[in-house]
Amino acid sequence: MNLLLASSPHQHNKRTTGQIMRLVLYALIPGIAMQTWFFGIGTLIQIALAVSTALVTEACILELRKRDFERSLQDYSAVLTAVLLAISLPPFAPWWLVVIGSFFAIAVVKQLYGGLGFNVFNPAMAAYVLLLVSFPLQMTQWLPAQSLAQYSHNWLDAFYTIFTGYSQDGFSLSQLRLGIDGTTMATPLDTVKTSLAQSLTYHESLQLPIFDSTVSGLNVAWSWIAFAYLLGGLLLIRQKVINWHIPLSMLVSLFAITLFMALVDGDRFGSVLFHFFNGSIIIGAFFIATDPVSASTTNKGRLVFGAAIGLWVYIIRTWGGYPDAVAFAVVIMNMAVPLIDYYTQPRVYGHRERSNKKEAKE
Amino acid sequence: MHELKQLSWQGLWKNNPALVQLLGLCPLLATTATLINGLGLGLATTMVLIGSNTAVSAIRRWVPNEIRIPIFVMIIAAFVTVVQLLMNAYTFTLYQSLGIFIPLIVTNCAIIGRAEAYASKNPVGLAAYDGLMMGLGFTLVLMTLGGMREILGYGTLFSGANLLFGDWASQLEIRVFTTDSPFLVAILPPGAFLGMGLLIALKNLGDNKMEAVFAAKPKPKNVQRARVTAET
Repeated sequence: MNLLLASSPHQHNKRTTGQIMRLVLYALIPGIAMQTWFFGIGTLIQIALAVSTALVTEACILELRKRDFERSLQDYSAVLTAVLLAISLPPFAPWWLVVIGSFFAIAVVKQLYGGLGFNVFNPAMAAYVLLLVSFPLQMTQWLPAQSLAQYSHNWLDAFYTIFTGYSQDGFSLSQLRLGIDGTTMATPLDTVKTSLAQSLTYHESLQLPIFDSTVSGLNVAWSWIAFAYLLGGLLLIRQKVINWHIPLSMLVSLFAITLFMALVDGDRFGSVLFHFFNGSIIIGAFFIATDPVSASTTNKGRLVFGAAIGLWVYIIRTWGGYPDAVAFAVVIMNMAVPLIDYYTQPRVYGHRERSNKKEAKE
Repeated sequence: MHELKQLSWQGLWKNNPALVQLLGLCPLLATTATLINGLGLGLATTMVLIGSNTAVSAIRRWVPNEIRIPIFVMIIAAFVTVVQLLMNAYTFTLYQSLGIFIPLIVTNCAIIGRAEAYASKNPVGLAAYDGLMMGLGFTLVLMTLGGMREILGYGTLFSGANLLFGDWASQLEIRVFTTDSPFLVAILPPGAFLGMGLLIALKNLGDNKMEAVFAAKPKPKNVQRARVTAET
């Protein structure tokens, strides 16, 4: 009889990388659907552009590195990176923006560092930061939700605007951005930042038409999108694709600091609801900060990592130059991950406690 | 003659202060937003290098070993002051656009490095030639990086050449492409780091390719493995 001996681990993870990435992509679907519903088909075009660029880039670089690219392309990691980048861009952003971004994400941030599993930074977010720093104008041209816009646009307009800069009827992107009251609409976060800079109080700025929800401080489109991503994120936790540590600690730390600051001075600092459901907190907490490669890998470390991201988001949103900060916060904390992992390394089972070890040494 | 050839090869390629020794990165990264800025700082550094190498080499017999570093730094600072005053007099606009980085040439480790490693041990002529070659190597890297960043960031090449060469040189400016939305990151510090990394990678790639072409056939490796299991 032939007894097969295999070394540990004996319990194998059933999921392959490709399956995990696909599950994350499925979990993104409700959010993407909401985004398309409110902002038009531009998001889907951006996704298509990003995915094709990312796949071509990945294949070319893997070919240059003499790796088997057919196998690597099947792990869907490049697709996920591309989708995450595409949904963070303004839906009607020019086509070259997303192409440069996806190329940078895959070629520089991922492959130059050694490919999947070796990248220090979250590729989608590093590319987003690059685009935001390089092309601030194009990166902030968010449209108002369809219901708030002065000029309506259909799916053909989306194509025209992305590829030529003008809609079918010859409206430029800045004209499409006009709201019903004839002023240019920005994102809710941007609006509040601008009006705070014009020395309005926070509550006064909530009277602006962009906050069209019955709940104070919310914009209908953005809060529905956040809810849809929240749904997807909870599904991911339920499916055990991601751990609860990073999303929970990030949300809790952000909750604590927003609550504290809003209580200290409600005229200058936004409410908890305002911070949570405008911008990219929810998708950031569940889909971006939880990237298995560039996030911390120990459970204690994940708690620290998430909490620090929440803190950075608040600091940059409130006192920094940019209205939203998830990308910056994630990239900053990616740099701290090796240190966090070093100090939170779990003890090997059966190993003595640190205090005992010290005594033994002495 | 062989020594001169060796010095050129070392300074320009094999031991390039910017690409291999990675010395003087601060001015290298800070002033290379355009090619002309890079060229200006490169020439200034080259002049300082030649001067300081010559002076250090000339007085090498009288410098006590214990206090050589302060003496070198003072010599370098003197030459930097000379270059700074010259640039202030003749290329004032370039002097202003390079700003603090001209006086900071004093702290460029490539210069004190050459003084310590080469000039203080070799005759005057060779030391001066070493300074020239190291300076040229540094300048070439500054120009390449500056050119890369200028094309990506502004879409031009040789813009501001009149600052360095006089008014006729403003015709040197080449407009590669025109864009309303320049690639800002190329001009910002991150672009310098990315560009520098790419240049180093390219140099290493070139070295590896050359090695593969010129190298003799490698001897077959004879690996002896120790047995770790008992023989059955």
